Amino acid sequence: MTSVPSAPSVPFVPSDLLNLYRTMLLIRRFEERCNALFLQGRIPSTLHLYIGQEAVATGVCSALRKDDWVFGTHRPHGHALAKGVSPRVIMAELMAKVTGCCRGKGGSMHVGDVREGAFPAIAIVGAGLPIAAGAALSAKMRGTDQVAVGFHGEGAANEGDWHEALNMAAIWKLPVIFVCENNLYGASTHFAKAFAVAHVADRAAAYGMPGEVADGNDVVAVCEAAERAVRRARSGEGPTLVECMTYRQCGHSRSDACDYRPDEEEASWKERDPLKVAADRLASSVPPVPFDPAAIEADVAAEIDDAIAFAEASPPPSPDDLMRHVYWEGD
Amino acid sequence: MAVMGIAEALREGIREEMRRDPTVFCIGEDIGVKGGWGGAFTVTLGLVDEFGPERIIDTPISESGFCGIAIGAAMTGMRPIADVQYGDFLFCMMDQLANQAAKMTYMAGGAVKVPMVMRAPVGSTRRGAQHAQTLEVFFTHVPGLKVVAPSTAYDAKGLLKAAVRDDNPVLIFEHKLLYGSKGNRAEKGAVSPIGEVPDEDYVVPIGKGAVRREGKDVTIVGKLLTVYRALAAAEELAQDGIEAEVIDPRTLVPLDKEMILESVRKTHRFVVVEEDNRTHGWGAEIAAMVAEEAFWWLDAPPTRVSAPDTPPPFAPNLEELYVPSVERIVSAVKGLM
Repeated sequence: MTSVPSAPSVPFVPSDLLNLYRTMLLIRRFEERCNALFLQGRIPSTLHLYIGQEAVATGVCSALRKDDWVFGTHRPHGHALAKGVSPRVIMAELMAKVTGCCRGKGGSMHVGDVREGAFPAIAIVGAGLPIAAGAALSAKMRGTDQVAVGFHGEGAANEGDWHEALNMAAIWKLPVIFVCENNLYGASTHFAKAFAVAHVADRAAAYGMPGEVADGNDVVAVCEAAERAVRRARSGEGPTLVECMTYRQCGHSRSDACDYRPDEEEASWKERDPLKVAADRLASSVPPVPFDPAAIEADVAAEIDDAIAFAEASPPPSPDDLMRHVYWEGD
Repeated sequence: MAVMGIAEALREGIREEMRRDPTVFCIGEDIGVKGGWGGAFTVTLGLVDEFGPERIIDTPISESGFCGIAIGAAMTGMRPIADVQYGDFLFCMMDQLANQAAKMTYMAGGAVKVPMVMRAPVGSTRRGAQHAQTLEVFFTHVPGLKVVAPSTAYDAKGLLKAAVRDDNPVLIFEHKLLYGSKGNRAEKGAVSPIGEVPDEDYVVPIGKGAVRREGKDVTIVGKLLTVYRALAAAEELAQDGIEAEVIDPRTLVPLDKEMILESVRKTHRFVVVEEDNRTHGWGAEIAAMVAEEAFWWLDAPPTRVSAPDTPPPFAPNLEELYVPSVERIVSAVKGLM
């Protein structure tokens, strides 16, 4: 059932693409500033940056409503930003401040804000997928038409939880979308060393659900694939596995120099940078849309400056916070 | 007021909670098959007839997966009661319980709750090493989980109802020899206490222990099956003029420390009895707590009666040696007098 769609199933409105471009640029510049802040010692943790993969979270979340849920991974800043979590509370979380989206108790690998439908990200590979399926079961049992999204890297598709989640989601026709971000490397291990199939999406057939491969560096392609999956989910037809082919342009984490990747490979993916792909689409859109990259840059820079200022002005958690929230304390 | 065993009491507790709250549902293996078992030990028998397969959800054999599904449902407005057929299978879902359910509220800075129940049968019952462990201590060690271990029908129903209403993940450990499961699921050598269970709604608060027998000479703490072994030992000790106080904490996390300490301050001697390996165990924790917080009241060292550091054996004669016997408890107490 794996398919590589050749033509969009719905006409794409170019003006929407401006918003998607802005979101992708926000993620890109946010991550670049995080990297600089880390090097300056102003962010105390390691970071798993989303640079290069922006089209995936942006395209998927553009197909969702605010009351839909996403479950991010150890590389979650892009998922949270795309779902609408404020850069202020993410930056404050990264800087371990009490105003952070997790009160400074989650850190980079757990950012999320449930008020925006982004649960705290789950940093154990594959573990978030049964949980996303459980949220979908909840939507089905409560009779809402909410949809849950489980983001994961391709490495997660070799964890038992991935298989168990796909199987149960398919049996019960749960409104969940499994979004695989295939960036070709699980940490330093290449896809070809870990899979005997050509695509993760090939495995969807084994569970009786549609699997689709999308160009993960083209936000329009991702958005269209996500919209098809969302329609299936909302109409009770069950889950979809969407594999987005993409590439992380930086190391797995801050300590990774990426010596295992060929230079030519890195260069060829940078040529297909998701921001460039979207900009080319905007520049050639018919009818033409007003596209002012410099203005968007300035707007995004101001939003990130504000987030950093907010985070730096915020206090860290108080010592009392150590013992709080081990158990639920109420709304 | 009805008289029933633990399996039936749990079943009635589940039934009442599901009638009371439409967000409560059951999820597990072989729990709702018509003509099936009602779970491994009959606890959910017949519930599918009243609530249907949409609320008594049978899963494939996917322990980690359905645990994660229960967690996700709990995070989004439902109150799942999940169960495993044997507590030993909790290890298959260790990440979901210890990394996900337990830590979600904390790492969300208090913004997310996980109101779920996980039920698990434990205890050595001639099934060998992988269907016989008593493994609560793996979970009592994890902050964020609550752990209960009812040993009477009254407590089983009341603690189950409290667990369903709690806004945190609660593990309920149930002993296979205490269930009172009937028919071909009855257990050889079962104690199967039956007791009175009120018809009206009640809960047993999580975190409150029970004094099962009063005494002035020694405090014995047991849980699940070892409560009954301790009571039998107390009976024997009384023949020799030693009055043992037997405490059943009922909840392991959060522990009713004060009930234990108050007893030790009265009796000055302390024995903990556990059907689990001795080293780094639950009994070690309780004994350390007593040593730290009631040291000056003690007339003898805090003492453990535990299973040896082996897997649960199969051969009945070895299993007899593994599970703390009445004789070993009596002997341990006499060694302190």
